[in-house]
Amino acid sequence: MIEVRNVSKQFGVTRALNDVSFTVRPGEVLGFLGPNGAGKTTAMRIITGILTATQGSVRIGDFDVDEQPLKARAMIGYLPESVPLYRDMHVEDYLGFIARLKGVPKAKREAHLTETLARCGLTSVRNRLIGKLSKGYRQRVGIAQALTANPPVLVLDEPTEGLDPKQIIEIRNLIRELGGERTIILSTHILPEVSMICERVIIINRGSVVAVDTPANLNRSLQKQSVIRIVAGAPRDDFLSLCRSIPGVRTCEPGDTQGTAAGNRITVRIESSTDMDLRPQIASRIVQKGWELFELSSETMTLEDIFIQLVTREPEGAVE
Amino acid sequence: MNRFLTIFNRELGSYFISPIAYIVMAVFMIVTGMIFYSNVVFYAQASAMSLQNPSFGQLILAEDFIRPLFDNICVILLFMSPALTMRLFSEEKRSGTIELLLSYPVRDTEIILGKFLACLTFLVIMTALTSCYPIFLYFTGNPEIGPFLTAYLGFFLMGAVFLSIGVFTSSMTDNQIIAALFAFGINLVLWIIGWTGGGSDGGMLSGVFKYVSIIEHYDPLVKGVLNSQDIIYFISMSGLFLFLSHRVLIARKLRG
Ligand SMILES: Nc1ncnc2c1ncn2[C@@H]1O[C@H](COP(=O)(O)OP(=O)(O)OP(=O)(O)O)[C@@H](O)[C@H]1O
Ligand SMILES: [Mg+2]
Repeated sequence: MIEVRNVSKQFGVTRALNDVSFTVRPGEVLGFLGPNGAGKTTAMRIITGILTATQGSVRIGDFDVDEQPLKARAMIGYLPESVPLYRDMHVEDYLGFIARLKGVPKAKREAHLTETLARCGLTSVRNRLIGKLSKGYRQRVGIAQALTANPPVLVLDEPTEGLDPKQIIEIRNLIRELGGERTIILSTHILPEVSMICERVIIINRGSVVAVDTPANLNRSLQKQSVIRIVAGAPRDDFLSLCRSIPGVRTCEPGDTQGTAAGNRITVRIESSTDMDLRPQIASRIVQKGWELFELSSETMTLEDIFIQLVTREPEGAVE
Repeated sequence: MNRFLTIFNRELGSYFISPIAYIVMAVFMIVTGMIFYSNVVFYAQASAMSLQNPSFGQLILAEDFIRPLFDNICVILLFMSPALTMRLFSEEKRSGTIELLLSYPVRDTEIILGKFLACLTFLVIMTALTSCYPIFLYFTGNPEIGPFLTAYLGFFLMGAVFLSIGVFTSSMTDNQIIAALFAFGINLVLWIIGWTGGGSDGGMLSGVFKYVSIIEHYDPLVKGVLNSQDIIYFISMSGLFLFLSHRVLIARKLRG
């Protein structure tokens, strides 16, 4: 449904997107994840045709965004990050205006408007001035204008940003509800949100795609490494070489070392593959050496950890 | 066409909910009324004098009444037109609504023409209100109608050029004040550029300046002379600035 091929975008000296490619299947809900300034908004603006890519192409359905812009845009409903609306218009008039701009036939306009208002929970404020609405209701008006004319593709830039918890849940439910019939791309900073509503996640960092997968797979693939945290009282270098000598240990990062009355207390973080639990082995070796063991715990990685790990590493080494 | 009309209607409607438009309209009515009144008084005195003293020569309506009247009214247009256009794109850029507007299946040309023609229509409505002054003349005297019509046409065409300049400057910045000042600057240059070369050497440059000068092309119309060259000048000037606005929109997509 959406095909982004080798898209790069250069803003003066900043390279906001660097050779980004991905596709979105019809009916799929795709999550865009990335730290501030990663290029999520830029990618969305290129998909919606508001920006022209420096390189690469975007297709929406059968239409190239550059070559048949009107037809491509007619398929998209867009909710920009800042939800810009005409504040001096009334909700109903505004959505009527959008319906006319998007070419909803006159005969269907009234019914469509009523349906959209109901769907977004706006019926009670239909006669209010947009500028006087609360942030949450303005967000709904923003979603309502995206839904106007029933476009098959929705591009939502941080749709739950700035809402209260109850409204967040409502908007999420709305998006999930829309998901079956429409292709949706949404960006967010809230990681649990992605696992809740998205079938697939794209993580982008510094303009490049670092991972594309289902939230579950992302979890699993990185769970292949289990992480063990050890705090022991031992000489630092001996202890590190001991840890490294254990079969199955992939990486071994020393944390802080504290001098105590009883000697050194050193923290080490070990990553290994998940198929074996190294904890008993580590414990027995430490005891054999006569060192003290203060703590030995296994950490599971949340999507948050994966995210942090992916975006804080260099892109090359990020995905295996 | 439908989409163009949708934009046109919204823009025109939004003039009537913004205070700026009412202020501009009120100021315009009051000032044109005052100018009209003082011109009528002056013309009446002059014609009384010329009746008493035939050596003054015959007064000509177009030369001695309409021309000074419309010259003055056009000065108001020079100042006022940026106030009508400054909002058009700048406000949308500042608030970000341009982002949504450009995401709809609407052509850039439909957006630009919709906005431009909406403010031109507003100008026409405003001008139509001033027509009560010449209509008043018909009840009191019996002036020729032709020169009034060409003068109004000249006013309308000059308005079209000034407003297209305003659309252009508004498309370039998200600051309404800058858009207005910049438009005013370009208006002023077009206005006074004819004075510079004025008869001194008659070289190439002064010829070009004369051609570009808006007054050069406006003057015949207020004198009651209809020239296709002048009409072409006004239309191509408006077209040029609307075209430039279109380039600005495209450049924005490329540059970001
Ligand atoms: N119009 C522009 N001109 C110049 N640079 C820009 C422009 N828009 C974005 N950038 C730059 O491109 C990069 C990506 O920005 P973008 O807005 O796409 O990030 P984002 O992932 O949406 O971030 P956030 O999570 O904060 O919304 C940033 O470095 C930003 O400064
Ligand atoms: Mg963003």
